[in-house]
Amino acid sequence: MDMILTELSESLRAGDAPKVAELTQQAISKGIATKTILDDGLIAGMTIVGDRFKAHEIFLPDVLLAAKAMYAGMDLLKPLMIKEGIPTIGKVVIGTVQGDLHDIGKNLVGIMLKGAGFEVIDLGKDVAPERFVEEAKRADALAIGMSALLTTTMPTMKKVIELAREQGIYGKTKIIVGGAPLSSEYAAEIGADAYCFDGVNAVERMKSFVRA
Amino acid sequence: MRQELRIPVGDVVPPVVAVLKAQAIPEGVTPDERISRLAEEAIATYRTLADPVGILMDVSRDEFETVYRGEGRNADETPLDRIRPSADSLALFVVTIGEKMCEEITRLFDVREFAPGSMLDAAASEGAELAAQAVELSYRQHLHERGRLDSDTGTLQFSPGYCGWHISAQRKLFDILHPEEIGITLNPSFLMHPLKSISGVIIAGPKEIFAFDDDFPFCAECRTHSCQDRLSAVLRQ
Repeated sequence: MDMILTELSESLRAGDAPKVAELTQQAISKGIATKTILDDGLIAGMTIVGDRFKAHEIFLPDVLLAAKAMYAGMDLLKPLMIKEGIPTIGKVVIGTVQGDLHDIGKNLVGIMLKGAGFEVIDLGKDVAPERFVEEAKRADALAIGMSALLTTTMPTMKKVIELAREQGIYGKTKIIVGGAPLSSEYAAEIGADAYCFDGVNAVERMKSFVRA
Repeated sequence: MRQELRIPVGDVVPPVVAVLKAQAIPEGVTPDERISRLAEEAIATYRTLADPVGILMDVSRDEFETVYRGEGRNADETPLDRIRPSADSLALFVVTIGEKMCEEITRLFDVREFAPGSMLDAAASEGAELAAQAVELSYRQHLHERGRLDSDTGTLQFSPGYCGWHISAQRKLFDILHPEEIGITLNPSFLMHPLKSISGVIIAGPKEIFAFDDDFPFCAECRTHSCQDRLSAVLRQ
């Protein structure tokens, strides 16, 4: 593998955004294929970051610094990916459910999904059930990700899933849920495909849904 | 008694260790210098932007009953059902660390400063908890000055949305406290704006009335079971 890509991956792991931007530009100028820069440089780096986070070797702030560096590289690659017709791994519609204004967890999940190469359509907070499903249909999304921090807003997740069934996207579009009061039992009860306890876990589960 | 409390920021500054813990960095782990610096910078920003202010108001048992019942959506049995009949004094409170903090957190995420944004969010959450504790301390002082606090008296806070007390009770609490006077509003889902705000009741009474086990049906959904730490703290008061 080209030394630039190794260095790129290492700089990303170190959360050095300016260096990642510089090395990504160098890799582009050197004629390395866009997909190779993405896979062997940026995503390779983020995968190691995720693994180290899971192993408790690094912590949330380290992951977020790496994510910022990932964005710096993606800013340069994204126009090339569009030009060359390189698809993202998948599109994910995310949001905090209707009635809930807590969005820090949802934001972190979005950052990590983008960092892993997914296209994230962030609907924000206080999102009506209809919007989740409409956007997922429009984007032919791989998944819908919903967050809730209040027990009182959790039932809205079930409404989204019911709506997804009615609209015929349930099954094709996976549903992941997360938030402090949730559990895998609750996720199963309402028919979600996965409960994710943090952003790195969300990336892992989302990768398992990627269509062949 | 109804008083507006201007809390000096310096009284409610979260320590680095608390901010790091809120970022899921375990106590006893020394993070690298870069992360420690992020925490210190977040605390410095907190010192600049936080504007802690609250309202504290004595209420009668009957007044509190109205607030507690809210819209009739509480759990069938709650710790408050057992505690409140034995309370000596009750006060409603609301406290916020202000809108500027929330705006800065949003701004940081918007400009991709994710790690500082997340760290500031942690500092703000911890700061709001400290501000609520400061209000409770103020209530204890109020009781002390009136000879209603002795060594056997404990105080404990409960908030709508926790421990079986339905969040919809916020509406009645706001009807009595009028937190909009200090810039706190309630949305249709009973959430407060600014988000880093805390409301509830402070109950004063003999320490033994506060003892309860965390085995209510709703406790199964609780991740923290922090009630037991809070009950221990009552015994130390």
